[in-house]
Amino acid sequence: MERDDLIEYSLDAHHSEEKGVEIRKKIYKVTILLTLVTIIEVVLGAVIKQDASIWPLVKWTFLALTILKAGYIVMVFMHLGDERKWLRYVILVPYFIFILYLIFIALWEATAIKSVLNFFS
Amino acid sequence: MAGHTAALDSKTLWGGKISPFSTSYGKLMMWFFLVSDALTFGGLLIAYGFTRHDCLEAWPIGEETFNSMPFLGHGYPLLYVALMTFILIISSVTMVLAVEAGHRMDRKGVTKWMIATIIGGFFFVGSQGWEWYHFIHGSEFGKIELADGSVALVRGHFGEIKNFTVTKPGKHHKIGDVIKEDLMHTFQHAAAAGHITNGVITLHDGSEATISKATDHDLKLIVKKSGKVNKASKAKREITGAKAEKLYYEALYSGEANRVIYGANLKQNEYGPQQYAQFFFFITGFHGFHVFSGVVINIIICLGVVAGTYHKRGHYEMVEKTGLYWHFVDLVWVFVFTFFYLL
Repeated sequence: MERDDLIEYSLDAHHSEEKGVEIRKKIYKVTILLTLVTIIEVVLGAVIKQDASIWPLVKWTFLALTILKAGYIVMVFMHLGDERKWLRYVILVPYFIFILYLIFIALWEATAIKSVLNFFS
Repeated sequence: MAGHTAALDSKTLWGGKISPFSTSYGKLMMWFFLVSDALTFGGLLIAYGFTRHDCLEAWPIGEETFNSMPFLGHGYPLLYVALMTFILIISSVTMVLAVEAGHRMDRKGVTKWMIATIIGGFFFVGSQGWEWYHFIHGSEFGKIELADGSVALVRGHFGEIKNFTVTKPGKHHKIGDVIKEDLMHTFQHAAAAGHITNGVITLHDGSEATISKATDHDLKLIVKKSGKVNKASKAKREITGAKAEKLYYEALYSGEANRVIYGANLKQNEYGPQQYAQFFFFITGFHGFHVFSGVVINIIICLGVVAGTYHKRGHYEMVEKTGLYWHFVDLVWVFVFTFFYLL
């Protein structure tokens, strides 16, 4: 069966050769950035030990760099940055609401359980 | 992107007068699927965080656990997993280049970049297989339980095993047989079962053999769980020198089962608490399964590209949709990498 219902919007996605050069340039830039971030993470992880006093800072740096990488993958590689604003919201807002709540509740409960375990051990 | 709704009647659009967010049905549904899948992975990683947070034992540290490289041996913290991450990022880049070529209706370009993506995917799955192999088999020294009840990881330079010479016959081996195959495996099995005493190994068939082995050096014990004497506190957790050697051989030659543990399975592992290996197997396994199915989907779509199916259709949206899935797999790995290996 011919799915002509899909065609029209998909045709909008076409772009010219010149635009293609521009897009590829952006892709290569993001590639270099992601590679650099990964190298920085590995060097930090290999050099700084977890019992070092600076470790908490490194830990938060890892989290920040991870979010940065994830942002570039979603916005550039998955083109979410080029989609309509409301599509972005429909994808991201429910996700963040659920995940932030889950993180909060899991850490809260884990702390409570740990205090009980410590009490009885 | 830019919608041109004016020219379209209701039949052309999916049901209503206008398509939500000017996106095709397929792409939107792919996004919804990815949101639900991302919640699954989010749930798994948060469960991992939960377990780690309320664990009373010391949790394994990435750079201590994953430090081997193919052909090079041990002592390369995080290098291999960095390479895996790099492979996956590059295959994500080749995928986005395939999508870009599709937007220009460049069939050759799409084919080229899709094949590159598939190769990258196979490399990643293969690397993960190697990683699992190493994780399951463990290090040369393993983890030991010391006489005072404390538990320590052992690091150092493992002296090569040359052969076993049979001194007491069993079901298969005769006196004087020299065994030269599968030495490490046999050694570790016997050690875990408590079948090695000072220089003598009891084999599966009940025969006994002397071990010809170069000496180990630079032994270092990292105490992971405190006992009566040895503590896992920050200042005292490392034991080196003659004391480390004495404690290690004491455990190795104790004749008791499970004083030395090598590698990991679902019951015990040398790296730390039991749940650690279970989470490792489940989360990296689930991700690896996603990568594998991604490669299969990519192959199917690539065949469609080569056959000219999408060219005839006038657009390469199928490549874009599989691309979304493939990037998602990369995205998940970024998080797995951080939570399992870095933190």
